Order: sequence, then C-alpha cells, then structure tokens
Amino acid sequence: MGKIIEIRWHGRGGQGSFTASKLLGEAASLHGGKYALAFPSFGPERRGAPVLAFTKIADKKIQDRSEVKQCDYIVVLDETLFNEAFLYDLKPEGRIIINTGTPEKYKHIDGNKLSLINASDLAQTVLSRPVTNTVMIGALAGATAVISLQSLLAAATNYFKGELLVKNMEAIKQAFEYSKNQEQI
Amino acid sequence: MSKKLFISGNDAVAEGVRLAKPHVIAAYPITPQTVVVERLAEMVEDKSLASEFLHVESEHSALSACMGSGALGARTFTATSSQGLLYLSECLHYASGGRFPIVMMNANRSLALPWSIYGDHRDSLSQLDCGWIQIYVEDAQESLDMAIQSFAIAEHLSVLTPVMLNLDGFALTHTYELVEIPEQKEVDAWLPPFRTPYAMDFDKPKNMGFSSQPSDNTEFKYQQHRAISDAKEIIKEIDSSFGNTFGRTYGGLVDAYLCGDAEFIIIALGSVAGTCRTVIDELRKEGRKAGLLKIRFMRPFPDEEIITITRNAKAIAVIDKDISFGYEGTVFTNVNSALSRYPNHILKLNFIAGLGGRDIPKESIREIFDKLNDGINNNSVKTVEFLNLNVETDD
Repeated sequence: MGKIIEIRWHGRGGQGSFTASKLLGEAASLHGGKYALAFPSFGPERRGAPVLAFTKIADKKIQDRSEVKQCDYIVVLDETLFNEAFLYDLKPEGRIIINTGTPEKYKHIDGNKLSLINASDLAQTVLSRPVTNTVMIGALAGATAVISLQSLLAAATNYFKGELLVKNMEAIKQAFEYSKNQEQI
Repeated sequence: MSKKLFISGNDAVAEGVRLAKPHVIAAYPITPQTVVVERLAEMVEDKSLASEFLHVESEHSALSACMGSGALGARTFTATSSQGLLYLSECLHYASGGRFPIVMMNANRSLALPWSIYGDHRDSLSQLDCGWIQIYVEDAQESLDMAIQSFAIAEHLSVLTPVMLNLDGFALTHTYELVEIPEQKEVDAWLPPFRTPYAMDFDKPKNMGFSSQPSDNTEFKYQQHRAISDAKEIIKEIDSSFGNTFGRTYGGLVDAYLCGDAEFIIIALGSVAGTCRTVIDELRKEGRKAGLLKIRFMRPFPDEEIITITRNAKAIAVIDKDISFGYEGTVFTNVNSALSRYPNHILKLNFIAGLGGRDIPKESIREIFDKLNDGINNNSVKTVEFLNLNVETDD
C-alpha cells in the first residue's frame, strides 16, 4: 500500500466543506489519475453546526476505510473553528490552511505549518457572497501541490453551471495563485 | 463506452438499479439510505428510468407492495435500513415464502436502544433466518455491480428468492469514490427482462400466497431451503458471467486474500475487509503469514469455502459487528458450525467490534493477529472478546 494523503476539512453546515472534499476527490481521481475517497464526518447534519469532511488520495486503490487520525493537510473554512491542538493532528510535513482576515493572530505558530488566506474577502469579491469552499480548495492546491489547478478546474465543471461555474473557477484560480506566491516568498 | 463517476455507495446502488430497469420501486425513506430512493425518484421524475415509483407510508407497506408486483412477474426493488428493516421483518418471511424475487438494499445501521444512527451489522444479521439471500459488499463499485447481479440471482428460476444487498452505513453509503458505470446496452444484454411462468395471469389462473397444512408445510420449507442451498453454484456462475461481460468478478460467495499459506486468518464482512488487507500487507512485510477471508454471502452460507480456505491455518479470528447477547457473534456461530465438521480443530476466536459505528483502526486488526499468535502459544485468550472495550471487567 502506497502513501495515502489525508485531508481534513473544517467548516460549518452550509459552508460547503463536504462539497470541497468531494470536489478534491473527484479532481484527483477522475481528472488526476489517482484514487480518492471523500466522506463527511458520519452522523446528523445541521446548518451552522461545526462539520468535518475528509479526503483521502493515493496512487493505489484505497482500501482502508478507518477514521483519519494524522492529517497531511487540515483546511479551516471558518476561523472560529480553529484550535491550536490541530497542530498535533498533523503528520511531520503537514500543514494547516486557514481562512483569516487577521494573519497577525497566528504569528507565534511555526510558519512552515501554516498557510493563511483571506478567503472570505476573496469570495465576497469574486463570488459576491461569503462562500469560501472553492477559494479554500484553490488555496490548498496553491500551498501544497496536492492537486493540479487543471484537475481542479476540470472537476469544478461537474459542480457548477453557467455564471456560477465561471465565478468559482475564477475564485479557485485567484486563490491558487495567491497561495502559490505566498509559498515562494 | 462506459463512464466513470465520483459518487457515493448510495448513488452507486441507485445507478445499478437504474441500469437493471425495475418495473416497480416501492419505498419509504428512512435515514441514512434515503439517498438511494431519492435518486431513483429523481430518475423516474426526469424519465431516465421508466419505473412505477410507489410512495408508501411505511417499510412494511413498501415490502408488501413489492410482493404484489413480484407476484405479477415484475422486476421489483426497495431499500431500507436498521429500524426500517425490523419494521418490515414480518414481510421478509412472506416474501421469501412466496418466492417473490425482490431485490432490497439495506444500509447496515445499529439498532435502538440506545438510539444510534451509525453503522453495524446487528440489523441484517438479526434477520438471517428469514429466507433471504444476504450479500455484503465492500466498496461502491461492488455495490453497483451487485445491485445488477442481485436481480440475476433473485430472478433465476431455480432460485426465485429475494435478495438483501447490504452496505455498511456511512462507511459505504456516504463515502464517495470513483465508480465505473456500465453501458446500458451491455446491461440489457446481460440482464434481460424478467420472465417467469409463475406470475399471476388471467389466462393461466393460479393460487398464490395460500395457506398450508401440517401435511405439506415441511415440503414448502424444504423447497425453500434447497433453492437457497442450490443458489451457491448459480451465484458463482452469475459472478463469472458478469466478469466475462463487464471485466469485474468478486469470487462468488467469498473473497480470499493471501490465505494460501496463511497461518492466521481474519474472517469478516463488508467494509472492514479493506482495513484488514492493509494490515495484512504490513504484516507480510514483517514475515508474518496473515490472510483475510471476506464472506460476501451470509445466506447461502459458504461453509465448504471456509473449510477449504482455512484448512492450513493455525488459527482464525471472526470479526462480528454484532452480538447475539448471552452467546457470541452470529458470524462466528456460523463459521464455527462449518469448521466443526472439519476434524483438525484449530483455534477460533471471536472479536465483537465496530458496534454503533465505532471505528476499527489498523492497530486493532494488528492486535487481533497478535492475539491469535498468543492463543496458539498457549497463552490465555478469551473466545469472545469485545474489542477496545472502555470499561473495567472482571473477566
């Protein structure tokens, strides 16, 4: 069994974190030639309540369906859900991607473990609404190279139509470029 | 050309059912299998599926309606889960006794009380004796493929027995993965419309769903028993024929992984099989001879396969996501019964795990193999053990 990349998504019900986990899984498998599983935290779903979603990506078929414990990447769509204990859930080379408008709050945390983006702001500008899931998936791709931009955009066509598709593709692209440039600084 | 979709186990069952073109779908939506019948309702609505969709008021009525359509010789599907399965339990016996070849998907979930919506096998295993064929699948592709195969098995004129297709709640039903969707014309050719001489017919009137007397009841039950027992060979033939057309086979009644030279074998149902294989790969790298025997059909029960495959093993462990209170896990009882016919007694342990959705991590699978090793080295081990029990016990 090869290495499995494990990603955990934090958001609130209605913010689209499960959709993000699926979009990434579809991009990696259908358009990226890999194998993927995407699943929500099992249980009841409520709008506004904290929710978890997961994506597993690997070069070989993923047989292990047990819970994700140590993550390669943790993506936080809603900053109020972030807890510094998340750092202990990371694998050694792992990274947390957080949606924040106040990056100075995270200055005391090792910069190699964090990628920050003002996703709410970017979503408001590009999508005209504060739905950050596509921005955060673009940021994940830019910061970590877990998935190519091309595969993500191809998968997006299955999730959005018309003007919404155009806007979300733009959101993914802008977030990707922003996060990629942040990493190169 | 076949296409690939990134979909859930629920979606995969719905796609398989669409390709099988049932005449009638009767359903009452219960969480968390709801998505299967929701998708099918959408397909009927958008006319990509030409089925009669009966919205009934309960699971009991859903299966009753299915018996009606089955009696007419119509291809028939329903889906349920957990408490819903128990609510229709009375009709399970009616449907199998009436030999109506209904296909029903069940999302395996825990039973109340305490209330739980999470997965385990207590629902379907409690219904093992109701005369249905029971299939347990491991991933979304197998879910779709077995949805199609289920109709071929149920409707085979030597079988004419309803089939329950079991998917682990959440771990399969709500997990998304890549699934190949066969082409409609290939499915049409492989699974022609259901034709039966035993349908209600104005031109050939017959009595169906009748009463019996002590003088003939045993004979009806014997025929049911024979039909399910004889289905073993038919299930293997159907799996092999499906493989010839669609390129995927699943091994028939069981699927053995590295059992040939295995000293220690885990026997399990459903989605935990994948975690077992992952651990077995790790153990093999350490030079430990571990194997997995996945049971795909609980009825008919693959007794001969289990005896043959475990013949050279030193010890086996059965993982049960259920418990027959006051005794042991139901899968263990069945495996033990098969192996008792084999003169060379081996160590057999039962691990109760994954109840009410509890995770079964890789470390626990490794622990099971360690305990088998302890057992054959004459260390004391419990025959029935609740895995990862978080309470103090005095045993």
